[in-house]
Amino acid sequence: MNKKMLSLPYLFWCAVFIIIPLCMVVYYGLTDKTGAFTLANIAAIATAEHAKALWFSLLLSFAGTVICLLLAYPLAMILSGMKVSQHSFIVLIFILPMWMNFLLRTMAWETLLEKNGIINTILHFLHLPALNIINTPSAIILGMVYNFLPFMVLPIYNALTKIDNNVVNAARDLGAGSFQTFSRIIFPLSLPGVISGITMVFVPALTTFVISTLLGGSKILLIGNVIEQEFTQTGNWHLGSGLSIVLMIFILINMVLSAVFDKDGEGATL
Amino acid sequence: MKKLFSLVLCLVTTACLFAGCGSSDKYPNGKVYVYNWGEYIDEETIKLFEKETGIEVIYDEFDTNETMYPKIEAGASNYDVVCPSDYMIQKMIDNDLLAELNWDNLPNARANIGAEYYEQSLAFDPGNLYSVPYCWGTVGILYNTTMVDEPVTSWSILWDETYKDSILMQDSVRDLFMVALKELGYSMNSTNESELQEAKELLIAQKPLVQAYVIDQVRDKMIGDEAAIGVIYSGEAIYTQRENPNLAYVIPEEGTNIWIDSWVIPKNAENKENAEKFIDFMCRGDIALMNFEFITYSTPNTAARDLIEDDDIRNSEIAFPDLSKYDKLETFSYLGEEADTLYNNLWKEIKSYTSY
Repeated sequence: MNKKMLSLPYLFWCAVFIIIPLCMVVYYGLTDKTGAFTLANIAAIATAEHAKALWFSLLLSFAGTVICLLLAYPLAMILSGMKVSQHSFIVLIFILPMWMNFLLRTMAWETLLEKNGIINTILHFLHLPALNIINTPSAIILGMVYNFLPFMVLPIYNALTKIDNNVVNAARDLGAGSFQTFSRIIFPLSLPGVISGITMVFVPALTTFVISTLLGGSKILLIGNVIEQEFTQTGNWHLGSGLSIVLMIFILINMVLSAVFDKDGEGATL
Repeated sequence: MKKLFSLVLCLVTTACLFAGCGSSDKYPNGKVYVYNWGEYIDEETIKLFEKETGIEVIYDEFDTNETMYPKIEAGASNYDVVCPSDYMIQKMIDNDLLAELNWDNLPNARANIGAEYYEQSLAFDPGNLYSVPYCWGTVGILYNTTMVDEPVTSWSILWDETYKDSILMQDSVRDLFMVALKELGYSMNSTNESELQEAKELLIAQKPLVQAYVIDQVRDKMIGDEAAIGVIYSGEAIYTQRENPNLAYVIPEEGTNIWIDSWVIPKNAENKENAEKFIDFMCRGDIALMNFEFITYSTPNTAARDLIEDDDIRNSEIAFPDLSKYDKLETFSYLGEEADTLYNNLWKEIKSYTSY
């Protein structure tokens, strides 16, 4: 009886639910309906509609990630500066919405943002101009930021709390101002958390199709929507898999970049 | 010893995840797997069926014919009863996915479903071998009379700049193209590429005016005064009017889709007899009435229609339109794989279009 035996169920789990499905995607992606080898499904990304969908996905998920980072970093700084009893409560508040289903939260935003939705009713009551972002790219970015913000806050917060206070004090002693301490000491030391946060926000944002369907009114076609449509509506699994492989390449690039920056894997621990 | 214990625990936990629930004594007569449209049945009728027959119903829902088809085609799900629309039934027959019904087991279906609906079914199910009509209706325009002053008679109002951002279109390929093809005066079963290109151009020109492409949400958005005009199935019209009296439904003069959703049994069904019992139960007058009152889609069940107490509903122009008054009504037919691909590619072009 050795420790390796204990990992068997997990290895089995990985094989059945990760490796085998991945192999099937690759198989479908590289074959046509007759089962013959083809690269056409992958080359299909070059068609005008698919390239545009991929471009929009990259653009919106990039915007979403940047906004998440800008919101999350100051918040993580504030949290890490607090006493344990205070910050655990605020962290809880941030994680609380995640206990609810992702789909329901996105649908709730649909109701909030609608023309006669809750936000506009309040704005109207206060005699403020209405907010008309439902069914636009802005609403999709908002949905991404809302849904994925905790995935940015937590790794950064984690990285920040790990910074030894003595390092900061030493910088101060040696005459560094607040800005200099931040830019030369705190930020570089928190970089692993930032990189891991970026990955954890960018990847789901890039592949989403629910947010664009619900908050975009199906008017903006993202690459996730194209793939979903190929699987569920058109029934062309080969094309859907081929496009998924292309998307995986973009995710891999992102992963490689974060591995280069985050050598210790520090930020990945939540 | 401890390690052995943890190993066993791990294995047991994994095994538990795979194990389904065992069958209970409550249902001695097996199961029936039903795959129906969303919100397309009064769940009370399922409970009654289970109680009367001792058959357990496992009930799943789909939202478009196109999402239903790949599941049945893949064969992995093993549904016993499905409720697709006309053209999809034709496609399933063509691809040998359906089992022939044994009409001896379906006395209610023979007695209660109006003959005209079986006749209409011949277009997609020659010889009435595979399908029992469940609901039927038209597709039309639902509009809010407080937002639209002019009389609505034509599909062309969907291209009217006045209603920018207040128009809801269907997010399903055949229904979307039907509107454009009818507006252009073509058949909604067109496979002519230049006609379809024209329809695509028309829909792209319309896109800046459209608030959203949705399916079931048309109903809620129209009730909530979110939009002025929406393309909707006739069955939803009665329900929405009940919730919001300002809504009105019209069948446009250019003609529209007259559709039938029917019960069918997939070829790989494992509980065919239970499936037939289920279908026949749904055709019983009182059960069909319960379903009609719940979902408000027109029922082809004459026994149920006779049981409707409210005269307004029984003679409602929306629930039971006099079809002889409308010409240019058509039923979708399956157009073949090549045309399917063409439709889907053109649809993708419309969805991909943005004005920015």
